[in-house]
Amino acid sequence: MKHAIGVGLFVGVAAVTLAFLALPIVGIYVHTSPEKLLDQLSNPVVKDAFVVTLKTSLLAQAAILLFGTPTAYLLATRRFPGHSVAVTLVELPLVLPPAVAGVGLLAALGRFGLLGSSLSALGITLPFTQTAVTVAVAYVASPLYIRQAIASFEATDPHLTAASRTLGAGPVRTFFRVVLPLARGGLIAGLALSFARGLGEFGATIMFAGSLQKVTQTLPLAIYAEFDQNFDATLAMSGVLILISALLLLTLRIGLSWQRSPSSTSPSFFGLSG
Amino acid sequence: MATLTLEHVAVLLRAFRLELSLAVSETTALVGPSGAGKSTVLNAVAGLLEPDAGQIRCNDEIWFDAESGVFVPPERRRVGLVFQDYALFPHLTVRQNIEYARRHPADEYLDRFQIAHLEHARPGTLSGGERQRVALARALARDPEILLLDEPLAALDSHTKIEVRAELQQLLAGLEIPTLLVTHDFEDAAALADEVGVIVEGRLRQTGTPADLVARPADAFVASFTGANLLHGERRVTGVGTTGVRLDDGTLVSTTDDGAGAIVLAVYPWDITISTTRPNDSAMNVIAGTVSAITELGNRARVTIGPLSAEITVESLRRLDLRLGQPAYASFKATGTRIVATKGGTE
Repeated sequence: MKHAIGVGLFVGVAAVTLAFLALPIVGIYVHTSPEKLLDQLSNPVVKDAFVVTLKTSLLAQAAILLFGTPTAYLLATRRFPGHSVAVTLVELPLVLPPAVAGVGLLAALGRFGLLGSSLSALGITLPFTQTAVTVAVAYVASPLYIRQAIASFEATDPHLTAASRTLGAGPVRTFFRVVLPLARGGLIAGLALSFARGLGEFGATIMFAGSLQKVTQTLPLAIYAEFDQNFDATLAMSGVLILISALLLLTLRIGLSWQRSPSSTSPSFFGLSG
Repeated sequence: MATLTLEHVAVLLRAFRLELSLAVSETTALVGPSGAGKSTVLNAVAGLLEPDAGQIRCNDEIWFDAESGVFVPPERRRVGLVFQDYALFPHLTVRQNIEYARRHPADEYLDRFQIAHLEHARPGTLSGGERQRVALARALARDPEILLLDEPLAALDSHTKIEVRAELQQLLAGLEIPTLLVTHDFEDAAALADEVGVIVEGRLRQTGTPADLVARPADAFVASFTGANLLHGERRVTGVGTTGVRLDDGTLVSTTDDGAGAIVLAVYPWDITISTTRPNDSAMNVIAGTVSAITELGNRARVTIGPLSAEITVESLRRLDLRLGQPAYASFKATGTRIVATKGGTE
């Protein structure tokens, strides 16, 4: 009897939790009919925000991938003085309030910032440009990718890289033929997380890049701007972001299940590899 | 045949400093307890770690020289290293693993190692014996000048091990390149290698043919490692050309070796005879006790009486009807004993 009450209590609490988490999503889709959503997609504000978001996100993620991967590999495979300081630096944006990150970027790259004069000498002005959005997104989202990449590289069996070397492959070929394929799942998962974080970026972007339609106004900024003018547009943009986020979450799970398959067995996913 | 030479190679390890010189031209085994530095030697030869001192040469090619600062990276040393866990690439098929070095098509090796039917399989689906064949094929397809085997039989269960050991024996006999293998099992080393070096805490204690090590162990460790019983006692009396030794339990035994003071005697299990009545033959040494253990290994059996383990045939075991706890006699000739340590000696 007591046992049944206990189980009932847990089920009840879990149901409340799940309902709490699902309700906002349901609310958005209940408010907008698919027709309205499609209708709003041709709204210039929504269209511009979508394009800006996509462009800056893709650029930012490309930069994260390009710079983050070698950095993560170095941090995962080498121990050097200052290693833990470097790891802390990598993780810093994760705990920094986004608004602070925005102020920091202004103070560093703004006209009167640390590197401001050197940048303007080169004819580069960053703040309130689309590049500033990309920089803000890359700064805030990078730890999610780099942390996961470090974990994935650390999980690669060092015997496999050693075997590759003795078989005549130099460090670079070893990285591309052995390390990267084995860490692939984890890297995809990390990139999905980083992408999702970047899409939602608000605080640092509005501080460092402002909210200029067609230039720096991303979907979250447009949602805020349209909030008291065109609630339908807000809902439509939210609906789009939810779809993309769900897709990213799925990618993350697939990536992680690749990574999890032990290194001794083939990562046969959906029975596709063979 | 090529020769691998290690001269005064030194590596500082956590608990001790490994330091050894070694020349490998046929099949050489390094045996020793785990943590003796065996794998470190292989890694140094393969270029996976850089020693602190010494020189490593393959024929006339210098792979490492501490003095002149030469260090050839692993990918430019022609070494075939087979890892203890085989380290097959899990994301590649058997064929792709073998072709990884990009020197030969896999076909020849698939046939030679009888793994053609596994060509498209991933390593994760293979048995231990199959994995080893793929690992050997992959290492040889790299065109090595020397083959290195790290504990080649340790990852296998005892049943597969005998079979794979026989396969390996055949393969090594047909190889044109020198092989350096490490193992913690003297029996494996004796079965596979022409020459065996016993390594303890980073130092070579003795090198020689397996028969040499058994016949003339340099110290008590080598003796026990090669499977000998060790009897501790003290020199008491001298007979006609023999030395009397009073064992710690009071039994008096004779040896044809000479020694003084505290003595460690080595007696090999196959030199011991077991009987259920006190024997009256030429064997000078008889130890009475009860049977405390019987272990059958194929057609042989190890029977422990007092401080001694004897190896007899299972047939004899049945004929004598030996049972645990039964009183029995173990006898051995004075000529079958070796004094492997005296007080102030090596152990």
